[in-house]
Parts: sequence; structure tokens; C-alpha cells
Amino acid sequence: MVTLGHYLIVSGILFAIGFAGVMLRRNLIIIFMSLELMLNAANLSLVAFSRFHLQPGGVPDYNAQVFVFFIITVGAAEVAVGLAIIVALFRARQTTHVEDINTLKF
Amino acid sequence: MSPILFWFFALLMLVFGVAVVVNRNPIASALNLVVSFLGLAALFMSLDAFFIGIIQVLVYAGAVMVLFLFIIMLLDLRAERLRKINWVASAGGVAVALALLIQIFYVIGHFGFSKQTFPPLATSEIDDVHNIGLLLFGNYNLPFQIIGVLVLVATIGAVLLSKRERR
Repeated sequence: MVTLGHYLIVSGILFAIGFAGVMLRRNLIIIFMSLELMLNAANLSLVAFSRFHLQPGGVPDYNAQVFVFFIITVGAAEVAVGLAIIVALFRARQTTHVEDINTLKF
Repeated sequence: MSPILFWFFALLMLVFGVAVVVNRNPIASALNLVVSFLGLAALFMSLDAFFIGIIQVLVYAGAVMVLFLFIIMLLDLRAERLRKINWVASAGGVAVALALLIQIFYVIGHFGFSKQTFPPLATSEIDDVHNIGLLLFGNYNLPFQIIGVLVLVATIGAVLLSKRERR
């Protein structure tokens, strides 16, 4: 049988994959995609808890699903602004590689 | 949901998630991310969250990924593939991610509810769009309006940022 722990572990592994992407990759766009993976890993554990914690009528806890809805909306807005920043950066510096952007490096 | 389907979609999501990080070509990464999000949407539907699953496909696999692909093609990132890999930094990154993963496993292993299966639903008919809509326009009305303002601000910000400056 599939338990709550299985979903939580899958969500944790997905979060770790996204985290490794942020740590390993030096391309801003790939880092951004890894951030999206981490956001979605959090969503998966929220939905799993929503299904696990039934409300009195025997239906899933929809408060968590509303929360996931808000997270997806904020994530989409974040992608739009972030990609616009990347385009502006590319126009100024002709690169999306984080090691080439070292003006603030000590 | 049967365990076979759960493991199939979970493995699909995780394998393509690893492919996003490992691939050196940004377009291949973006396409792998689409498959990973489709697997995640299937997992949402396995948890009886059909509305969230469909939103996931529409917003992430549809809108966000098209945005990513457009930006990658706009910037023409082919030259990025020729760089050397810094193996010491990569090993450090993998080590930190593995430490995080071990911590997550430890916490979930000691979490009392994680051994329990999901309780059965009272009815076979899931009315989740109705229920989420009631909550969204009733209990969470103010956050919903704030989110609307946030999306407006994000739209204006994206337009402003991508406008060319006049000299």
C-alpha cells in the first residue's frame, strides 16, 4: 500500500534534486528551472497532507489545496519577472552564466 | 490508486527531474521539465486533487514552460555548452544536497503519521472545484484579491524590465 510517507519521501527527493540543481549549475535559466522543481516538491507534500487529513464530512482538507493554488499563482508571477530580469541582464552583459557576473564579488 | 501507477509516475517525475539538472543543453532541460511536471500532475490526481492537477498542467506544463522555451531561444544559448566543469565545486554541491536529503529522510522516518495509509473518502464523487471555489471566494477572499494585485504588478514589471532603454 502507498502510505503518506511514500509521498513525503518522493517530495523530499524532488526538493533535493532542485536544490542540487541550484548548487551545481552555473546557467541562470537552469537555476530558475530548479527553483520551480523545489516549489512543486513543496506543493506535492501539501496535497498529500490535504488528502491525509480528512475534514468531518469525509472530504479532503481543501484549505491546503487553496494554499497550493496560491503557490502556483505566485510561482507563475515569479517566473515572468525573473525571466524578464534575465533578458535585461543578457542585454547588458551578453551572458547568463553566473560566474561572468562578478561585479559584487569580493 | 494502485501502487504500480504511483511508482511509475513518481519514478517518471524523479528521473526527468534529474535529467533537468544533468542536461547541458537548456532546451533539453526545459523539455525534461515538462515531462517531470506531467508526472507530478498525475501524482496530484492520484491524491484526488483533480483541480490542482489540471492547474498544474495548464500553468506549468503549458504557460511557464512556453515562456522558458521562448526565452532560451531568444537568448540563443548554444555557446554555454562548451564550458569546463569545475569538479570540486560540483562535488561540494552534490554533498550539500545529499546532506539535505539525509536530513529529510531522518525527519520523515521519525514522523509518526508517515507509516499510515490514506483514509478512504466518504463519497466517490469529488466536488473539488466547487469546494475550492467556495473557500477562495469566501474565506480567502482578501488573499485572492491581493494575489490579483500581485499578478498585475508582475505583468507591469515584466513589461518595464524588457523594454529597451532610450539613449
